[in-house]
Amino acid sequence: MGRKILLDKINVPGIKTYEVYRREGGYASVEKALKKMTPDEVVEEVKTSGLRGRGGAGFPAGMKWSFIDKKSGNPRHLVCNADESEPGTFKDRYLMEYIPHLLIEGMITSSYALGANLSYIYIRGEYMWVYKILEKAIAEAKAAGWLGKNILGSGYDLELYVQIGGGAYICGEETALIESLEGKRGNPRLKPPFPAVKGLWQNPTVVNNVETIAAVPWIVNNSGADYAGIGIGRSTGTKLISASGNIKNQGVYEIELGVSVYEFMNSDEYCGGMQTDRPLKALVPGGSSVPILPANLIYKTAAGEDRLMTYESLSDGGFATGSMLGSGGFIVYDDRACIVRNTWNFARFYHHESCGQCTPCREGTGWLEKVLWRIENGQGREEDIELLWSIQSKIEGNTICPLGDAASWPVAAAIRHFKDEFEYHIRFPEKIKNRDHFVAEPFSTVQHLVAKENV
Amino acid sequence: MERSHIKQEINITEPLMARINELISHYPADKKKSALLPVLHEVQDAHDNWLSIELQNKVAEILEILPIEVYEVVTFYTMFNQRPIGKYMFEFCQTAACCQNGVEDLMDYTCSKLGVGIGEPTTDGMFEVRGVECLGACGYAPMMQLGDFYQEHLTREKVDQLIADCKDGKITLHDK
Repeated sequence: MGRKILLDKINVPGIKTYEVYRREGGYASVEKALKKMTPDEVVEEVKTSGLRGRGGAGFPAGMKWSFIDKKSGNPRHLVCNADESEPGTFKDRYLMEYIPHLLIEGMITSSYALGANLSYIYIRGEYMWVYKILEKAIAEAKAAGWLGKNILGSGYDLELYVQIGGGAYICGEETALIESLEGKRGNPRLKPPFPAVKGLWQNPTVVNNVETIAAVPWIVNNSGADYAGIGIGRSTGTKLISASGNIKNQGVYEIELGVSVYEFMNSDEYCGGMQTDRPLKALVPGGSSVPILPANLIYKTAAGEDRLMTYESLSDGGFATGSMLGSGGFIVYDDRACIVRNTWNFARFYHHESCGQCTPCREGTGWLEKVLWRIENGQGREEDIELLWSIQSKIEGNTICPLGDAASWPVAAAIRHFKDEFEYHIRFPEKIKNRDHFVAEPFSTVQHLVAKENV
Repeated sequence: MERSHIKQEINITEPLMARINELISHYPADKKKSALLPVLHEVQDAHDNWLSIELQNKVAEILEILPIEVYEVVTFYTMFNQRPIGKYMFEFCQTAACCQNGVEDLMDYTCSKLGVGIGEPTTDGMFEVRGVECLGACGYAPMMQLGDFYQEHLTREKVDQLIADCKDGKITLHDK
């Protein structure tokens, strides 16, 4: 059994309520931090822990905290990014829905470390019932004296609120989230200045993912060194993985970073193997934006090493043969899945979610969707694969925020690893008329019809 | 979504105004505009789930901002409706795992059962079907949002049951 830091108490009856959470040792990190530690000492522990941003980027959290501007003397804010919207990702919702006080506790301890007296949790609009759960948890915490003025007699003040979004994936990008929190459209800002210098209302701000903040209480209660002792190399600690697709046990799992992809996929503790006896075809390991891996690159890297659930191992081989851990949105495909359809589906998502600010993304994502749609619907042209390649390469790196990259990478990876499937769609339109074309006749059984070519 | 010219009755009740004031209090006194998204949700929920221009103007007045500052937000975010919608809006997630798990067939089924196309309310205004992007429930696919809640692991039978429950008034849309 892997060690559980975030989910160890999730099945305790009544853990949603303040009383039970507190009885189970909740809020101890607030007591320890406020009574026995200086804010800088908390930051140091988080630095030592090696905790990396769990929203997808994997940037070291302690380092991000240390960038917050203290010289200006402006009020500082901690904002929790609970705008979970990356397709394949549903881990933060699980945490907030079933153990909301863990996030509240993490917010208080982390706000103290940053010297923030006014903090927010920004949650996606569709999680309306979770918003209510968090509002209730905050009210309970406040009534018990963990929020407000002079918390535990320490002289530290904190107000914490939840803000609800309006249904826009782009608000998961930290500067778009800040804009939205200011009551505006979610258009990402040009950086620099970074939020650590000019964020919410132009004040120094740190934006962290739910899971990142939820790891802080354990780090403070134990130590950064203890946390760093879990995992492998620079992938320290545990990570929530939300697993979906054609596996037996879909759901949210906490893993110790470093478990092998094979074990995660096949152990009964986690995914429990494939849903049916159909063979594994592909894997998106970290949310829709990361490159899709074909079957031969899932359990082993191109170098023949075991592929592990770590930031480093999943990206081993770069984009040519690797992918990314990303948000931990783990989507499994068996041989009934159509990669062209899946790629079109993702492209439609990014087109819909593009804020429209940067031309390459606004125009390019629509173009990708359109071309993919015609290939999937039997109207593809021989030159379309080249065209897709060209469009994605012109979006990538040419936009203010990473949504452009996120839209490009899945298209590039699908062409890189599944080019013959695109060719099949273009050359045999009559065979793909039905949207479930690979259910009755998996691609592996018709692959021989397509002459092999390399990109 | 296209804007509607249908007249909407505006009624900012006392409890609604109290909730709005509470939301405003979550932000510094000179940052009232920050309350815009939560206030729009509350106001929309209390007005048959849509926001006419007149209602948006009212929100601008309450928050002491320009009407355009409200319009640009309403038109940006998917959850704000600019025309009357079906009372029970079945918002099916169409992305990734939901697509993989047959949501398109389920949407076809629901539409034919209700006798409507996607995005057109039934003539009695009771139902509407819409496709939306990832709702963060990939492990429980296929699924949809109905009011403030998720309906997961959907099947045709569950859709039938939901339609029946809506007709019988057994479905709560908003938890207030």
